[in-house]
Amino acid sequence: MPVIESRLQPDSESFEANAAAQRALLAEVRAHEQRAVAASQASAARFARRHQLLPRERVALLLDAGSPFLPIASLAGLGHDKPDLGQSVPGAGVIAGIGFVSGVRCMVSASDSGIEAGALQPMGLDKQLRVQELALENRLPYVQLVESAGANLMAYRVQDFVRGGGIFRNLARLSAAGLPVVTVTHGSSTAGGAYQTGLSDYIVMVRDRTRAFLAGPPLLKAATGEVATEEALGGAVMHTHVSGLGDYLAEDDRDAIRIARDILASLDWPSPPQAVRSFEPPRYPAEELVGVMPADWKRPVDMREVIARLVDGSDFLPFSPDYGPATVCGHARIEGWPVGILTNNGPIDAAGASKATHFIQACCQSRTPILYLHNITGYMVGVAHEEGGIIKHGAKMIQAVTNASVPQVTLHCGASFGAGNYGMCGRGFAPRFCFSWPNAVTAVMGGEQAARTMAIVAEAAMARQGAVDTARLDAMQQQIVERFEGQMSVFTTSALLLDDGVIDPRDTRAVLAEVFAICREGDARVPQAMQFGVARP
Amino acid sequence: MSARTPFGKLLVANRGEVAVRVMRTARAMGLRTVAVHSTADADAEHVRSADEAVCIGEALPARSYLDIDAIVRAARQTGAEAVHPGYGFLAENPDFAAACRAAGLVFVGPSADAMRAMGHKAGAKRVMEAAGVPCVPGYDGADQSDQRLADETARIGYPLMVKATAGGGGRGMRLVPSAGDFMGLLHSARSEARGAFGDDEVLLERAIVEPRHIEIQVLADRHGHAIHLGERDCSVQRRHQKVIEEAPSPAVSPQLRERMGRDAVAATLAVGYEGAGTLEFLLDRDGRYYFMEMNTRLQVEHPVTEAVTGLDLVALQLRIAAGEPLPLTQEEVRIDGHAIEVRLCAEDPAADFMPQSGRVALWRPAPGLRVDHALRDGAAVPPFYDSMIAKLIAHAPTRDAARQGLIAGLADSVALGVVTNQRFLQRCLAHPVFAAGEATTAFIGAHSDALTAPDEAAQADAARLAAWLFRLGADSPLANPFPAPLRFSLGGRVHTAQVRALGGRGHDVRFDVEVADARFELVARDGDTVRYRCEGVQARAVVHRDGPRLLLHTQGCAWEAIDLSFAPIARADAAPGDGLLRAAMTGRVIALLVAEGDTVAAGQPVLTLEAMKMEHVHVAKQAGRVAGLHVALGAQVAARQLLAEIRSEATP
Repeated sequence: MPVIESRLQPDSESFEANAAAQRALLAEVRAHEQRAVAASQASAARFARRHQLLPRERVALLLDAGSPFLPIASLAGLGHDKPDLGQSVPGAGVIAGIGFVSGVRCMVSASDSGIEAGALQPMGLDKQLRVQELALENRLPYVQLVESAGANLMAYRVQDFVRGGGIFRNLARLSAAGLPVVTVTHGSSTAGGAYQTGLSDYIVMVRDRTRAFLAGPPLLKAATGEVATEEALGGAVMHTHVSGLGDYLAEDDRDAIRIARDILASLDWPSPPQAVRSFEPPRYPAEELVGVMPADWKRPVDMREVIARLVDGSDFLPFSPDYGPATVCGHARIEGWPVGILTNNGPIDAAGASKATHFIQACCQSRTPILYLHNITGYMVGVAHEEGGIIKHGAKMIQAVTNASVPQVTLHCGASFGAGNYGMCGRGFAPRFCFSWPNAVTAVMGGEQAARTMAIVAEAAMARQGAVDTARLDAMQQQIVERFEGQMSVFTTSALLLDDGVIDPRDTRAVLAEVFAICREGDARVPQAMQFGVARP
Repeated sequence: MSARTPFGKLLVANRGEVAVRVMRTARAMGLRTVAVHSTADADAEHVRSADEAVCIGEALPARSYLDIDAIVRAARQTGAEAVHPGYGFLAENPDFAAACRAAGLVFVGPSADAMRAMGHKAGAKRVMEAAGVPCVPGYDGADQSDQRLADETARIGYPLMVKATAGGGGRGMRLVPSAGDFMGLLHSARSEARGAFGDDEVLLERAIVEPRHIEIQVLADRHGHAIHLGERDCSVQRRHQKVIEEAPSPAVSPQLRERMGRDAVAATLAVGYEGAGTLEFLLDRDGRYYFMEMNTRLQVEHPVTEAVTGLDLVALQLRIAAGEPLPLTQEEVRIDGHAIEVRLCAEDPAADFMPQSGRVALWRPAPGLRVDHALRDGAAVPPFYDSMIAKLIAHAPTRDAARQGLIAGLADSVALGVVTNQRFLQRCLAHPVFAAGEATTAFIGAHSDALTAPDEAAQADAARLAAWLFRLGADSPLANPFPAPLRFSLGGRVHTAQVRALGGRGHDVRFDVEVADARFELVARDGDTVRYRCEGVQARAVVHRDGPRLLLHTQGCAWEAIDLSFAPIARADAAPGDGLLRAAMTGRVIALLVAEGDTVAAGQPVLTLEAMKMEHVHVAKQAGRVAGLHVALGAQVAARQLLAEIRSEATP
């Protein structure tokens, strides 16, 4: 395959400026994540007193040492607890990701119980639902480390209560889909949350720590007048000896993690297809990915510079490069496995949309997964383009994207505006995975463009009424710019789970290799379909 | 005995490194070889080294390697024509020599009569005195009454030694510092001798304070020729057993060598001795030497003599046994350079040299040294036999060069899986007293603190290396960055550490206390060898991972670390544990102290195991009822085997 010849100049001023901006944004991402770590860590003394491990320690021991781990939505809920992002604690109270436990690739979801005792956080429900959806779609066993004070009654919202049933529905679906659900109940799992434990196929309980009951002592006393201890109502010894809810009695958190690892080891789960293929690393260093994307998304960029730093040997076979050239399509490999890549060096025109449609269908024909690299300011507009059928060609492309039968993975490298977000398999089109670089921006259109559009409309209306108030127009424009720009960064979109996480551009190749491996493994798995989930006695 | 007794097939009535060593020479001489082995040694290296092998009984030496009939039967069965006894076991048993000869086998060693004459310490002394060899003043009379012995002490003077007449290896031996201690130590020596040898006869000897142990190697043929090959200095001993031997001795001048050698040859000829033998002397501070005993066999430390003389003592033994005359004269014996040997033993110097058993997981002797051993990866070290697993011998033009070479070779040799004295030996060799050639038999006792003290810096280095290795794993660039709360034991201590993966760019290792934090990076892995960078310095370690067990060789030391990260931490307020009592080591049940159904208190003895000649009481870890007793009196149990179950009445 032809090798991409890079024209990037890593010693140029523009590269340095781009890199500085990207690094600053990455540092901001890490600072937000670190705030969640610190908030949880602040409970260290309390956990130590109770002979417990902190949630991240549990996860670290659960996962195979040094194995790849793909965190999911670590910025979820950022700014939803406190509007000042510098004060906000993101993560939605859940530590989640795809990793290896005793050699088995699993979805791992752990209550971040160092924060408000694991009470449900803003976006926590949506994050859990997304994590479960990923497990179902990628056919991953599901391991939960549960310790949750449940919903915060002071922040009760009826919609969360009703939609929350989806968590339990998903657990039942996982079980019935032949995907084992393994739960360690490290602490409280009460009321509705008791079903989080109860709907599991394997339940490990921790002596003196597990609390699983529908009603705790206060509610029980209020409801029936019965007085009982927490241990009697839902302790680990009671559940493993009397109710039969618990399957394994662990002495402490470390012991419980060992049992969970032993359970996964005992499943004899088929190992991921490890067809080792020989491959060359890219010819250009991944380090340079921090300086490729312009700090200002309005400046053009040749996305082949990105591709050159992601794919094996920087080899890329462009598909129909001279027809609709702003829409870049082509074949490459990542760690030996073929991938079709679709990206943008400018707005999508009719030819580009047609070519993209053709390329997507060809990838489906050859069962080649597709990677979308967003750098899209939208579809072309204007008389010529409307006459050229941009709507029908765009619609054709959206049809292809929507119904493609191969894994599609989306990476927001830069702008993702308007219908371009749709045509390039944005979150609304349910790609298997969707990640963003720190500089990514998402909006229906650029803020200034929106403001000018509104200003033209408003000015025309004012003119009809006879008086154009330029001060009001300016204020309105300013308001629109702020409204758009305030929502386009990853700190808004990732917080709203409009992606699965923000990644370091330099890790992109490793992340993509892992993600496509997850897709391959999931698609190769023939699940043991059952009519019911595994039921307790 | 006829003048010529050639043979073509040799049975080696021994095990371990000496059997392998004898077979090596035998094969080089064109002989066929036969090994004998116990059931515990069915796949041992000496069995693999032989052309044929015969199982002669069960693991305990009395039922195999000491079973004369079984060995003679094995020789007959395989058509062996000669028997080499090695050392230890039956090597100095005149009945064995006689039985071999009666069965028409050539015994590689002296006649039963010569053995009897020299094997009995009291008898040997009389022979020596008659031959004009100086002996330590003492009493070895037939009157063994307490009164007579006490009277004799007045003549001999204190300090003195009480020794079992039939003894060896330090058993039945006591140092009596003054008259007040005599009776008590006499009785304890007698009772130990009775237990060990079935004979409680003792002799008394003046104790030579801080002497050197000097021994002369002799060779005598069937034709009346005898020579000596100079001396060996075996002063460095623990529990009266040799640890380091060298030739020549730094304390022996050429003149002294000649005098001692002449005496030794005279004594050898006086008893009509045949084969290789060793006369042991004590050399006092003033250069006076006293005969102690004669070993009528090949010595463990013979390689140092081989190194400096260039001779193969086993080859000479075999030629003498075949009736050939000695191929060289005294004048042709040359002493070239200096050789030092250390005995690598499966023992724990920190626990009073307690013997260890188990499996050698990895064995990589250093190149450049002579290493006599019977090891390989995975080789068993059974609990029934001597704890010595290998000998390392360095030969160089000067004593210091040999010493330095041996220190380096010891540091580079990898023996992982059982605790050994590897580090202790390095410390002995490096000690200024030994380096100056001034070590006497008091050396280890006088410097035991310095020689066995835990090395804090080495322990800390090993701990952080182990912490990193435990978490090294796949080293993916996407490795989870949450620090893992590691707990592990190493060198008798439990360490806790936080290990954080840096996404394929190394790991940060952070300890709560005692150990400095460090950043580690993997450079390369090559089989068992890991090359790494720690705080900018590149180094290497040899690593063997087996489940939670990590065996580590670094900076010349072997370590065993056990991952306790997944083990529950016992808490003061915790409910009782599983109540399962497991064997702390491999051993034999010699006492059952409770019965099924008994109620026991926490800490109450449940049973006693005997292992390595020591008793180990196993106690209940919790109060409760004995719900199961899974071993019988006399049973042989493996380490960690379930022995008993204590069920706490409180636990549902």
